[in-house]
Amino acid sequence: MKEPPRWYPAAVSLGAIMVALVLGGILIAFAGGDPFRSYAHIAKASFGNLGVLSDTIVKATPILLTSLACSIAFRMKLWNIGAEGQFIMGAFGAGAIVLTPILPADTSPWIFIPVMMLAGILMGAIWGFFPGFLKARFNVNEIISTLMMNYIAISWVNFFIFAVWTEGGFQMSPKFPENAWLPRLLDYAKTIPIFSGLTTHLGLLIGIVAAIVLWIVIYRSRWGYEIRLIGDNPRAAQYAGINITRNTVLVMMLSGALAGLGGMSEITGMVHRLQTTPLAAGYGFTGIIVAWLAKLNPLVAILVSILFGALLLAGREIQPSGVPKMIQGIILVCLIASDFLMRYRVRIVRAGEEA
Amino acid sequence: MQAIINILQAGVASGTVLLFATVGELFAERSGVLNLGVEGMMLIGAMSGYSVALATGNPWLGVLVAMLAAGLLSQIHAFIAITLQADQVVSGLALTFLGAGISLVLGEGLSKAGTVSLLPSASIPLLSQIPFLGPIFFKEQSYLVYIGYLFVPMAWYYINRTRPGMHLRAVGEYPAAADALGINVYRLRYLYVFIGGVLAGLAGATISLAVSPGWFSEMTTGGQGWIAVGLVIFAQWDPFRAAVGSYAFGALRRLILDIQGPTMLLGMRNPFYYNPYWGFFLQMLPYAFTIIVLVIGSREAVRKRLGAPAALGNPYIRGERGL
Amino acid sequence: MDTLERKTTNPSVAEGATLFVEMNGIVKRFPGVLANDHVDFVLRHGEIHALLGENGAGKSTLMNVLAGLYRPESGTILVKGKVVNFSSPRDAIKAGIGMIHQHFMLVPSQTVTENILLGLDKPRFRLQLNEYDHIVADLSERFGLKVEPRAKVWQLSVGEQQRVEILKMLYRGTDILIMDEPTAVLAPQEIEDLFKTLRAMVAEGKSIIFISHKLHEVMAIADRVTVLRKGKVTAAGLDARKTTLQELARQMVGREVIFHLDKKLNTPGEIVLEVEDVCAENDKGLQALNGLSLDVRAGEIVGLAGVAGNGQRELAQVITGLRRCTDGCVILNGEVICNRSALVGIQRGVSHIPEDRTGVGTAPDLSVTDNVIMKQYRRPPIAQHGMLNMQVATKFANELKESYDIIVPNVETPVRLLSGGNLQRVILAREISGQPSLMVAVQPTRGLDVGAIEGVHRLLLSQRESGAAILLISEELEELLSLSDRVYVIYEGRIMGEVKIGAGGSSPEMIDTVGLMMTGTPLEQIRKGEAERNV
Repeated sequence: MKEPPRWYPAAVSLGAIMVALVLGGILIAFAGGDPFRSYAHIAKASFGNLGVLSDTIVKATPILLTSLACSIAFRMKLWNIGAEGQFIMGAFGAGAIVLTPILPADTSPWIFIPVMMLAGILMGAIWGFFPGFLKARFNVNEIISTLMMNYIAISWVNFFIFAVWTEGGFQMSPKFPENAWLPRLLDYAKTIPIFSGLTTHLGLLIGIVAAIVLWIVIYRSRWGYEIRLIGDNPRAAQYAGINITRNTVLVMMLSGALAGLGGMSEITGMVHRLQTTPLAAGYGFTGIIVAWLAKLNPLVAILVSILFGALLLAGREIQPSGVPKMIQGIILVCLIASDFLMRYRVRIVRAGEEA
Repeated sequence: MQAIINILQAGVASGTVLLFATVGELFAERSGVLNLGVEGMMLIGAMSGYSVALATGNPWLGVLVAMLAAGLLSQIHAFIAITLQADQVVSGLALTFLGAGISLVLGEGLSKAGTVSLLPSASIPLLSQIPFLGPIFFKEQSYLVYIGYLFVPMAWYYINRTRPGMHLRAVGEYPAAADALGINVYRLRYLYVFIGGVLAGLAGATISLAVSPGWFSEMTTGGQGWIAVGLVIFAQWDPFRAAVGSYAFGALRRLILDIQGPTMLLGMRNPFYYNPYWGFFLQMLPYAFTIIVLVIGSREAVRKRLGAPAALGNPYIRGERGL
Repeated sequence: MDTLERKTTNPSVAEGATLFVEMNGIVKRFPGVLANDHVDFVLRHGEIHALLGENGAGKSTLMNVLAGLYRPESGTILVKGKVVNFSSPRDAIKAGIGMIHQHFMLVPSQTVTENILLGLDKPRFRLQLNEYDHIVADLSERFGLKVEPRAKVWQLSVGEQQRVEILKMLYRGTDILIMDEPTAVLAPQEIEDLFKTLRAMVAEGKSIIFISHKLHEVMAIADRVTVLRKGKVTAAGLDARKTTLQELARQMVGREVIFHLDKKLNTPGEIVLEVEDVCAENDKGLQALNGLSLDVRAGEIVGLAGVAGNGQRELAQVITGLRRCTDGCVILNGEVICNRSALVGIQRGVSHIPEDRTGVGTAPDLSVTDNVIMKQYRRPPIAQHGMLNMQVATKFANELKESYDIIVPNVETPVRLLSGGNLQRVILAREISGQPSLMVAVQPTRGLDVGAIEGVHRLLLSQRESGAAILLISEELEELLSLSDRVYVIYEGRIMGEVKIGAGGSSPEMIDTVGLMMTGTPLEQIRKGEAERNV
């Protein structure tokens, strides 16, 4: 009756990533690329110096928030794969504050940013509410409904940036006033010169705070206990008097809210205008993998997000362009396969003890 | 009238894509394996079918390779879900990523390549003369569309009226019982996941070589694989209902594309032509309808107390104690 | 324990009867358990051979080996004189050996005929069900196994499903039929029918292996008996006519166990639970409870007897708020608690020991601590301003671990690593620590070993003494009659009658009465019959 040692899961996960990288390399070679140069490029282009490290972190910020969104939903075995759409709607909500305009362009950032955060959280939560409600009320499969909501979110935002807030007929809104930007490190380059050119923005802090809060909620709060219980055995949760229906809706809303916050952080910290292409870049899907790799632990997700930020950042320049997506897929496949090793190990340990 | 016939005719072709994917997933789910990787398998099928047709000039060879490639990809899921007994939801998601990623990498530059010979189409001599229905179903349709017509009743008959079909149902409902009678649960599940993959590959090739020819990276399938997964639930795991759902969604797809074309609609100024932005809301329709269809399907399942194959999503572990 | 030597001295061989099966030195190991330790077993032609033993003695394992489901680590099997080596049940069936498991191996959504044809080579491709329906009907008539070939299996009663299982084996030409605890799910009348069928089969020259742990049944049906204890044979091929119940019991348990419980006299107090005319549906939407009424007082154990599947599960769920009732009501200490929620019950002091320990009673991947606070986490001191005080929770878990002898290295261990007895102690500890006013215990001893069963019984009795009202739902009649102050009998969702058990314990007449009620005879009718006979 002993759990495998603490390092074992981490070692298996690392092993899975190594295997995934080798497999990915083989495929890159098959497609006519040079795997060693590709990987070397990824490493150099993401951790090579302070500048690119900052870029990596900028890329990791939205992934962190979407992975937190997935962590909390997956914890309850709610397969929310709609973080992508909730992220976009979060960005839309934040953007609407500027573009409608709900607040005038010269509003102080101290008001602008909190209001935009709220709007992003709200829109994400609404986008999570629908599938949650349908799941709770009609037992509608949330995998498909959240995925459909992704497509709807993209069309929705496309309509607004083409028809309502377009800048000169292009597929984008005008740029936001600087009051509505999240502060970046380079804003302080005058006092701290080393920050010059670094685009790391407040979103990172928002993400880390969200991760810590989420960790406390999951492991130390009554609600988190209910979520863990439902996730592990819904019938036991029912038996313990827990309202699964209500928690399904609430957790989907929290999940959506976190993804929406991610969208807000991305649009106000990085993109600075409403535009679908840089927003619908697959952060929601990468979040799934990161959450899984982090074993749904919000604090571990911080580290894993940075690794994946590096992969995505470097991937932009790699040919062929599908490589990051493919490697993500291979990593996920290897991770799931490695879960087998985890269970197998437990079985061996158990057998050895009983005999 | 002619406009409506044209839309429905194209809708049948478009629905054939969904039909193959949906029935393929239906086979896999009937055997007890949930495979959410349909979208990824379709992408692999579309990409490989198109590129082989491009290279060899033979679209049928493309179809064959598409089916094999997607079938091969499905076996990754089969291995994880059946042999390693891991979570089928996550594994299916991984398959979607993997299929999309591989097809993007290997299909790089394919969209800029030259024209390709497509699958032939034909009219059925007498049937196409039937008023209204004739031209919709039997005029100038791709051979694959006709294969689709034959395929649905055959699939139904196979599942419900044959010995292997009975074994398929048993494996999805109560694998331990099937195992006790000497039916190889693992082998059958691998087989039907493979068949699901092959049909998803066929669906992909149907897009890239017949319905909307070409390779447009992820836009080639545009979420149709996911709609297919939803349709299986709507279909209550019945091929005929799957066909109805597929053709209806195919028609809806075409309607959305075609309705924005003409300046006049039913004798009036076409609002979709004069307000092109409305198109974005039209684009939402298939996805919104999928959700609605799921609500209907799920409610019906609750009311009739019928539902998914009992062992759907559960790995079969043989010889556990306390069997 | 030398196999060869014993074989020659084995009376079954000496008598020169045709041997159907010889199993020699079978060893089968599971992770951490030696389930069969050099087991020998001999089955003759045309006999009913009982395989007797407690839960976990290795009976089912041995027969799973014979039926080709498990492969033994060592040992040989001879069927009709030939050495066989089965790699799957299909091989065993080809050799004429068929096994009927405790959980029926039937596909609910398929028809009787389809289930019978499953896995066979014929029909080759097309099912031709009409033709085969006739063949099945003929076969069922021949052996007196009445069942409708076109019916879907989920529509059949448990007894009918068992008949389908037997038909399945007969259709395959099985001449050695293994039945794993076939009577556990049957009412006494159905048991009689089953025994008749078994005798008819033996008359046609088939042999039957009858796995059981119920002594009186074994004595009633078996020609010979083999007893297993802890994976070893303790008595091989005893002639059932020449042995006694006491002898078999000693071989089975290893010591003379007399069911003796230290039950103090208790005067029941106020009525705690009143169930009034409750109706409810089961998961399939069929009526499971049909206007059922009963009451339980403080400080008494009230038993609910009945054959499995007569509404016991649904009743427990209605009382604990896990299922809606369509009519009637449930009153706890004067307050209506039905159709509200499970939470209302928990807050009013209803504790519940569920039938399914792993599926309902615990969360397998969560720790012992997380599992024992399941009913307490809403209240201080564990809950503080919406947060959990983990120090208090851990202390609480450690206290329960000590006082209930939960054997586990530490309270952070996930409960999936616990044995059945330990798991049940976790559940009991949790449910008792809340000081319940009503306790609903469903099958609290199922699958536990003798020591663990005694522990559970002692805990239930101590709860009774401390004034809790206990509703004990069990299929073990002995357990009910020795623990309860009163026993209700449930049949098809109704109470057939009530039996009071005085200080003297249960009597044979009492058991007969309960048995009759379990088969659907209301108490008034039994009394009337008795009165008429007396006149």
